[in-house]
Amino acid sequence: MPTVSVKRDLLFQALGKTYTDEEFDELCFEFGLELDEITTEREQISREQGDCKASGASEVVLYKIDVPANRYDLLCLEGIARGLQVFKDKCAPRYRRVSPASGEPQRLLVTSETAAVRPHAVAAVLRDITFTQERYDSFIELQEKLHQNVCRKRTLVAIGTHDLDTVCGPFTYTAKLPADIHFRPLNQTQEFTAVELMSLYKTDSHLRHYLHIIEDKPAYPVIYDSNGVVLSMPPIINGDHSKISLKTKNVFVECTATDLTKAKIVLDMMVTMFSEYCAEPFTYTTTTLTQPVSSPPLQSESTERIAGLLTKMCLRSQPTGAGDQIQVEIPPTRSDVIHACDIMEDAAMAYGFNNIPRTTPGTYTVANQYPLNKLTELLRQDLAAAGFTEALNFALCSQEDITDKLRKKLFETRAAHIANPKTAEFQVARTTLLPGLLKTIAANRKMPLPLKLFEISDVVLKDETKDVGARNSRRLCAVFYHRSPGFEVIHGLLDRAMQLLEVAPARGTGYHIQAADDSTFFPGRCAEVFVCGVSVGRLGVLHPDVIQRFELTMPCSALEMDLEPFL
Amino acid sequence: MFAVLHLFLPVDSVIYGRLPCIPASVARLVGKSGPNWQHCSVSSTSFPVSSLRMDTLLRRVEEAEDGVDSLQVAGSLGLDHQAVVGAVKSLIALGEVISADLRSSKHWELTEEGKEIAEQGSHEARVFGSIPDEGLAQSELMKLSFGKVGFSKAMSNKWIKVDKTHEGGARVFRAVVDQVREKLLQVQGGAEKLEEKEKSELKKRKLLSEVTVKSYWISKGSSFSTSITKQETELTTEMIASGSWKEKTFKPYNFEALGVAPDSGHLHPLLKVRTQFRQIFLEMGFSEMPTNNFVESSFWNFDSLFQPQQHPARDQHDTFFISDPAQAKGFPEEYLERVRKVHSEGGYGSQGYKYDWKIEEAQKNLLRTHTTAVSARMLYKLAQQEEFKPVKYFSIDRVFRNETLDATHLAEFHQIEGVVADRGLTLGDLMGILHQFFNKLGPYHTRSHTPCCPSKYQFLNLSIGLKKWVELGNSGVFRPEMLLPMGLPEDVTVIAWGLSLERPTMIKYGINNIRELVGHKVNLQMVYDSPICRLDS
Repeated sequence: MPTVSVKRDLLFQALGKTYTDEEFDELCFEFGLELDEITTEREQISREQGDCKASGASEVVLYKIDVPANRYDLLCLEGIARGLQVFKDKCAPRYRRVSPASGEPQRLLVTSETAAVRPHAVAAVLRDITFTQERYDSFIELQEKLHQNVCRKRTLVAIGTHDLDTVCGPFTYTAKLPADIHFRPLNQTQEFTAVELMSLYKTDSHLRHYLHIIEDKPAYPVIYDSNGVVLSMPPIINGDHSKISLKTKNVFVECTATDLTKAKIVLDMMVTMFSEYCAEPFTYTTTTLTQPVSSPPLQSESTERIAGLLTKMCLRSQPTGAGDQIQVEIPPTRSDVIHACDIMEDAAMAYGFNNIPRTTPGTYTVANQYPLNKLTELLRQDLAAAGFTEALNFALCSQEDITDKLRKKLFETRAAHIANPKTAEFQVARTTLLPGLLKTIAANRKMPLPLKLFEISDVVLKDETKDVGARNSRRLCAVFYHRSPGFEVIHGLLDRAMQLLEVAPARGTGYHIQAADDSTFFPGRCAEVFVCGVSVGRLGVLHPDVIQRFELTMPCSALEMDLEPFL
Repeated sequence: MFAVLHLFLPVDSVIYGRLPCIPASVARLVGKSGPNWQHCSVSSTSFPVSSLRMDTLLRRVEEAEDGVDSLQVAGSLGLDHQAVVGAVKSLIALGEVISADLRSSKHWELTEEGKEIAEQGSHEARVFGSIPDEGLAQSELMKLSFGKVGFSKAMSNKWIKVDKTHEGGARVFRAVVDQVREKLLQVQGGAEKLEEKEKSELKKRKLLSEVTVKSYWISKGSSFSTSITKQETELTTEMIASGSWKEKTFKPYNFEALGVAPDSGHLHPLLKVRTQFRQIFLEMGFSEMPTNNFVESSFWNFDSLFQPQQHPARDQHDTFFISDPAQAKGFPEEYLERVRKVHSEGGYGSQGYKYDWKIEEAQKNLLRTHTTAVSARMLYKLAQQEEFKPVKYFSIDRVFRNETLDATHLAEFHQIEGVVADRGLTLGDLMGILHQFFNKLGPYHTRSHTPCCPSKYQFLNLSIGLKKWVELGNSGVFRPEMLLPMGLPEDVTVIAWGLSLERPTMIKYGINNIRELVGHKVNLQMVYDSPICRLDS
């Protein structure tokens, strides 16, 4: 969920009304937003960088508002204020595309070279706009928010905004060899080639994150005006020549993209939000979409009432007169509306979810437990009754935890590997419960001895027979940590567990244990557990190297076995 | 006994009435015959104290009208007061046999020098006394041990006079009578007639000292008896068999102390809460879904739920992808095609997302980000049945997010999920079921919230006891773009809700840092100490 930070007083000014924090929180909630935090710039800096850095920072009160991820029309102050005003029964603006006074619209030519790198481009012009410092800041901020969200960090769409009066159309969107592109980029004093720029921005804390998008392409995208002036090299940087300022009157907005649908959405957002500041408000360049809707969600309500509710949500509606049909007009700001159910949702929201009468469905069903979970639940209780304490460890761990630390080789583990772990703790899904229990002991060495722990949980093993190539396996693991190894204690727990599972001690027809070799265990101190002749697990005294690698100092015995054979 | 007593009363702070030296024979006679247990610690003390039989003391108390003073008892028996005090303490420990009130009194006593003077007179008096009526040569006088001091004092008191002109050298004669001796003899005689001024003068001369004496006023207690028995500490098998417990008295227990902790195992608090949530679902007729598959394909985790392939949740920064085994296979082909179509072209009344849907994205294996992946598999399975039957499903299991970790977020947590599929379910039904579910957790308030993920509505819930609205989870109605491609009948609505298990557990058990609850850094003491889980109390 994106968070939008707006200045409280500016917002109230735009709303034409002042609220207390509580009132505003309630209003946000009714409208479907969440007032996340009330702060100031000074508070923020002081929290992040310390008090000394904060002196001199602004004391203006900021509202941080959580916005639903698909509501791109609420990513700036203008959009939030407009939405809330309409919700409070102000008439929703109707956006219009107009032709320039001169008659001919601007043209953007897209050449075939772009197909290999970034094939789509759309553009629009906001005419006779008036910026103030706040409006300008909001304009820049919206671009950034869109870049981070719907544009997927500029991979899908990149936005460029330009002072139309500094350049001359028609414009050309093409792709060229990096060495052949040279221009003065935004806020630089000299010209660079695209190759030089890519190395220059390697160290730029902001721009370096976008370089990978085009870095290894043979040609880079670029937009020229009719005089060969570079407007931008999307998705990296704009040219300095056409940069907008507070004095800019006519704004040329271009969106280049790998996804045309998204490009249109982004362009719609940019122009609908800021067309408010044009001399003729809410005018720009795109079409509106209309769609009929049937089967209203609130069947007890009249179609008129529902049409009224929808209008409150910026969806102009009126009953068609035919049955309970309502004609709904979807503004370009509402790209999230793709099905009648989205419209119903808005109606329900305007109605207030909490005002919907609660009913109990007559769905008759009989409950069943999942047998594996039922067995787990029952066994847990009795293992605790046997004096062992339950641990709960992560299903992810480092590769080292299941290999070196247990004196095992990687190929023995059949582990599922994680492609993108942020830290070593999340390299693999665990293949055994033992490392988690040993780490739990290490973190609780101050506790009185002996430590007797158990866990019944899933490990993950590769399995070719499954559609995803891996499966869970439910395990029981227990450890005993004391000044002496206590093999007899762990063995006793195995006997008790078998008793609980109704397996008698008998070779062949019941369970038995027999000596086994396992590098995790001390030589001669490991046994394999067999149930009806099938191996289900192992128990024994841990190898001293294992004990030390888990930062433990005393002898330790352990049991680990599969539970699924007992179903 | 005394050793114990000394812990409370340091010897030098209180002097128990000192008595004339007792003949050893008497001490032996009275002391040695006493019960041994009473003296076990006496032998180790540094000063020998004669002991006293407790019954002797009790007889004294019995004879007295309304009690006796321990000092008097000691005096009349010719014992050290300490011995009486020992007996008193032993009797107190037996319960209500006697009552003993500590009292203190003050009196004056001579110092050693004072006693010498009291016995033999002051130095000046002895000088005075050694002078016969006919006088004494001064040189003779100075030869006496007390001569020098006594002479000058006697001179300044003008008790004596010196005739220096006497033939044969200076000669000393008496002039007055000895007052100090008479005063000291008065004190020793017990009569305290001296005036304060005189006493303080004698005290200043270190001839008198003021002594505080503590003694007990002993009288009959509520269960007074002259014959006493030792108190037993515990009831024994023997006592029960012989019935001897009937005659015995037992030492009182200290009910202020804690008992001994039982040697027990413990269940993990998070899983105790899991058990309760399972119970709630079972009570409401929900069946448990098989969620034991952490590795899931993007197809079931995202695509089948109508989550577009460019959705931020499918980003490397939010989801753990699996590099080995990297790809899933064996999707139901016709269904896969319907999913592709609804994403890229729309259908079922939807415009779709209008993008190029790629099978490669759907094949990517990951660690499931929600248990809804399992719900999708279950709903698909449901749609394949010949005749639709309504279902209520639940699951509580682990899900994984490649998120930044903090005090309340971990890379894995437990998701609680409830799903109801039936014909013609409404939003009111969803609100109604949620109400019933949350009511089982105790009194609550909800307030609803906007959609966030494309397939669901979202709700916020307030857990009572918190000042702030706390988002507990979300809920909603599954989109037609998700259900219809599965093959479910058009009039079937599926409502669902989900929340994390960790959040309510942390609220329930007052835990602020999730690492103390989940994972190996768990605080085992917290596990040992955690109470049973009743969610509705």
